[in-house]
Amino acid sequence: MQQIFLRGPSVTLRAIILIIASILIMTADHRWHHLEAARGAIETTLIYPLRYIINIPARLFNWTDESFVSHQQLLDENRQLKEQKLRAQVSLQKLSILEKENERLRKMLSAKPKVGEKVLVAELMSIDLDPYKQQVIINKGGQDGVYLGQPIIDAWGVMGQVIHVGQMSATAMLISDPSHAIPVQVNRNGMRSTAFGSGHTGKLELRYIPHNAEIEIGDLIVSSGLGERFPPNYPVGRISEIERPAGETFARVTAEPVAHLDRGREVLLVWHRPPEITEPVEVLSQDEVKNADE
Amino acid sequence: MLTSKCYRVVLPTLVLALMLEMFPLPDWAQAYRPEWVTLVLIYWAMAVPEQVGVTVAWIFGLLLDVTQGAILGQHAIGMVLVIYLVHLQYLRIRVASLFQQAIVIFVLLMIKQLLVLWVSGIVGQAPDVGDYFMPSFIGALIWPWLFVVLRDIRRRFTLTKSF
Repeated sequence: MQQIFLRGPSVTLRAIILIIASILIMTADHRWHHLEAARGAIETTLIYPLRYIINIPARLFNWTDESFVSHQQLLDENRQLKEQKLRAQVSLQKLSILEKENERLRKMLSAKPKVGEKVLVAELMSIDLDPYKQQVIINKGGQDGVYLGQPIIDAWGVMGQVIHVGQMSATAMLISDPSHAIPVQVNRNGMRSTAFGSGHTGKLELRYIPHNAEIEIGDLIVSSGLGERFPPNYPVGRISEIERPAGETFARVTAEPVAHLDRGREVLLVWHRPPEITEPVEVLSQDEVKNADE
Repeated sequence: MLTSKCYRVVLPTLVLALMLEMFPLPDWAQAYRPEWVTLVLIYWAMAVPEQVGVTVAWIFGLLLDVTQGAILGQHAIGMVLVIYLVHLQYLRIRVASLFQQAIVIFVLLMIKQLLVLWVSGIVGQAPDVGDYFMPSFIGALIWPWLFVVLRDIRRRFTLTKSF
């Protein structure tokens, strides 16, 4: 039988039910983050194969690009890389000496030595999701030990943190996302602040900096590690603009991220163990002391 | 609900639309990316309304949410509303000329776009975008071509006798 009119309560009813269901799901997802597992499962089973197919042309292009390079080009590149390595080694030597010295000094101060962080190279699978958000997809997921909130960096500085984990891929929010904030400090004098994303890849906002704060254009800001999410002392950005509008409580400071947020394909996942918090010494009240004695 | 024949024709086009929506574009072009899934869903909801309804729209809305890293349900709610509106008016939209259809499509896409932005605003991630109507505009521009292509596909597989 051919239906002509579909209107009627059934469609309306279904639409209303589904809209209510959407609202419930949104609330559950946004407020309580209950649906991470479901999202991960969908991402892994349904979306990952599609992403894989979409990435094939880019991969093919890279592959042909690498396969058909001339001998001369390879030699040139090789020489350049060797030179770079030599230079890097020299500075590394200096660094290792400094590291030893730092460790010694820390021991003298009886502070805990810093733990080296484990890293893993991941490749970007896709960078343009919603144009209103600043998120990337990387090709490492739960099976590589990626966890929620894990920091990602590149060769130049902090890039962002993982917000959804799938089995073979993960979504990361960049530090330039409007809903992202990272605790930072100015490298020169250690002044603390928080860098908020602005929605543009080239801009971070440093809020709550008083007018008279000692800060200059060009200052390097590094992660302070205070949120216990990002490892301390990784470069985050450079101050690019300072405005001190009269009548406002705080100065308007913007920074440019040093990580190449909109370029490059490789990122580093960092396994960062926050410093162990020593248990506060328990102070027993008089009654408890008595009880303990008995 | 989808019958098996429909399943073989409609689903691939929807998956293709989903892939087009995920396809990497240069930065400047991102703001102009039309909403392929919504467009294709509107076509099928109009052409075979007894097969493609709000439930299919909801499922693909959720998939879109996962691919775009949005809050789950954000695109789904817009999709359901738009397809519901199509269901109320599909007899009228069908007989309109392609140009008039494109205008209706623009309005429908805008409704969805605004709903999505609205939800973003409620959860406090309101983006500052200037030309937020561009995707809808581009979507309306490509509608006549998309319509012809999908109609040919539908006729080739003789999905329905009517229309």
